[in-house]
Amino acid sequence: MKDMKRITNALALAVFWIAGLTTVVVLGAVILYVFVNGIGHLNLAFIFTKPHGVNAEGGIWPMIVSTMYVTGLAMVIVTPIAVLAAVYLAEYAVQGRLVRIIRFAADTLAGVPSIVMGLFGLALFVEGMGFGFSVLSGALALSFLMLPIVMRTTEEAIRAVPKFIRWGSYGLGATKWQTVSRIVLPAAMPRIITGLILATGRAVGETAVVIFTMGTMINTPLLPTDPGRSMTVHLYQMAMEGINLPAAFGTALLLMVMILFFNLSARWLLRRNRRMQG
Amino acid sequence: MSHTLAEHQPGFVPTADACVKIAVRGLDFFYGDFQALTDITCDIRDNSVTAFIGPSGCGKSTFLRCFNRMNDLIIGTKVEGLITLDGQDIYAPGVDPVDLRRRIGMIFQQPNPFPMSIYDNVAYGPRLHGMKKKADLDEVVETSLKRANLWKEVKDILGRGGLTLSGGQQQRLCIARVLAVQPDVLLMDEPCSAIDPTSVQKIEDLMAELKSTVTIIIVTHNMQQAARVSDETAFFLQEVMGEPAMLVEFGRTADIFTSPKDKRTEDYITGRFG
Repeated sequence: MKDMKRITNALALAVFWIAGLTTVVVLGAVILYVFVNGIGHLNLAFIFTKPHGVNAEGGIWPMIVSTMYVTGLAMVIVTPIAVLAAVYLAEYAVQGRLVRIIRFAADTLAGVPSIVMGLFGLALFVEGMGFGFSVLSGALALSFLMLPIVMRTTEEAIRAVPKFIRWGSYGLGATKWQTVSRIVLPAAMPRIITGLILATGRAVGETAVVIFTMGTMINTPLLPTDPGRSMTVHLYQMAMEGINLPAAFGTALLLMVMILFFNLSARWLLRRNRRMQG
Repeated sequence: MSHTLAEHQPGFVPTADACVKIAVRGLDFFYGDFQALTDITCDIRDNSVTAFIGPSGCGKSTFLRCFNRMNDLIIGTKVEGLITLDGQDIYAPGVDPVDLRRRIGMIFQQPNPFPMSIYDNVAYGPRLHGMKKKADLDEVVETSLKRANLWKEVKDILGRGGLTLSGGQQQRLCIARVLAVQPDVLLMDEPCSAIDPTSVQKIEDLMAELKSTVTIIIVTHNMQQAARVSDETAFFLQEVMGEPAMLVEFGRTADIFTSPKDKRTEDYITGRFG
C-alpha cells in the first residue's frame, strides 16, 4: 500500500516534469530556430533602409514605421475610451445585469477571431467610411481588437486598489470623483500601463486585421490616410510567396525582440510597483 | 438616562445642550433585510473620549460608521432613528455626507496612508477643499504632524512615501491627515489593533492631548485600553445570533468598570465571555 502511494507520487511528478519540460523545449526551439535563421540577416542596414528589387532585398524600414504608426495610433484611440469605460464599470455603474452584460460582451469581443475583426474593419472603415487602405483604418480596426483587453485589465487594476485606501479618502470629505482621480487611478496606474503594454505587444504581432485594413503596399506612411505594410504582413508575403526567406526570418526575429521588449518592460513595471508598495 | 416616547418620534431634535456633541435617539440599522442594531439612544459629550466596547460582531464599528455616514457607501444599508451633531440632524435631506465627513474625521483599523509622499498625504484633505498656496499647505502640514506627535520623526523626510513608515508611524500619519481638515469629531475604529505596543502608547497619549479640541469616539476590543483612555464607555451586545445588537449600558468609564449596573456588562468586564 505504502509502495503504491510512493510509485503514484513518483509517476505524477514525472508526468508534471515532462509536461513542464515540453513547454520549455517547444518555446526554446521556436526562439532558437528563428534566431539562427534570422540573426545573419539582422543588421543596421536591414532595419534602417528601404527594400528594393523584385524580391524585396534590402531593409524593412517602411514596415517598421507602418507597424509602429498603426500600433501607436491604435493606442491613442483605445486608451482614453478603455480607461473611461473601465472607471465607469468599476466605480460608477450599479453592479447588476447591465454591467454583467457589458463585461460578457467585452470578453466575447476579446475572443472574436482577429480575421473576423479584419473583415469588419474592411467593411466599415476601408469601404463604408471611405478611409481606404490606410494607417487610420488599420488603427481603428486594431483598436476594436484591443479595446476589450485594455478595458478588462484596467477594470481589474482599479478593483485591485484596496477598499480601505478609498475609505481614507472618503473619510476626509472627498467626493467620488476626487477619490477616483486623485487616489484610485494613480494607485492603479502601474497595472493599467502594464495592461496597455501587453495589448501593444498583441497589436504589434497582429496580422489578419492589418492586412485587411492597412493593405500590403510597401510605403513609409506619413499621414494617417497613407497605406502601409506591417512587419507581420511583410513576413507573410516574404515567406508564402517564397520571394525572400532570409528577409522573412530577419523580420520574424525583430518582431520577437520587440514583443519580448514589451513583455519585459511590463514585468519590470509590475515588479517596481510591488517593491514600492511592499 | 431615561427618554420619553416623544423623543423617538421622527423629526424630534433634542435641545442643543452645550455639553452634548452628538445625540442618538432610537437608532436602528439594517444591512439589507438583516437588522444589525436596534433602538440605540445615547449622548456623546463634547471634548471627551467615548469608548465603544463589546464582543466581536456586536455592531460597534457599524454604529461608529453611522456618525460620518460611511455606511452610505455600502449598498443596501439603511438607518432609522435620529443622530444629531451640534443639534443638527445629520441624516436630514439637505445634508451632504461629503461635507459631514470633513467635520467628522475617521481613523481605521488598518493604517491606510495613500501611496504618495508624507507631505502629500497630510496636504490631501486641505487640497481637496481648495487650499492651493504652498505657504498655507506647508503650515497645515507642519501643524498637523506636530499635533499627531509625528513631526520630529518625519520633518526631514517629508518627500518620502507614506508607506515607507512603520505601522505605528503610518497610523499617526493618518491621524495627522485627518487633523489637517480640522474636524470637530474623531472616530477611531480599533486604531491600535494592527500596530506595535510602543506606538499604541504614543497614540493613547495623543488622544489625551487631542480631546481638549476634538471629541473622540473609539471602538476597541481591548478593555484595558478603554479603561485607560476614555471618559465614558458604551457596552454593546448581540445576545442572540441573527438578532440585532443593542446598547446594554452607557455611562462614566469609572462606573462601568467598577460598578456596572447590568449583569451582562459585569460578565463581559470580568471576562466571562467575549
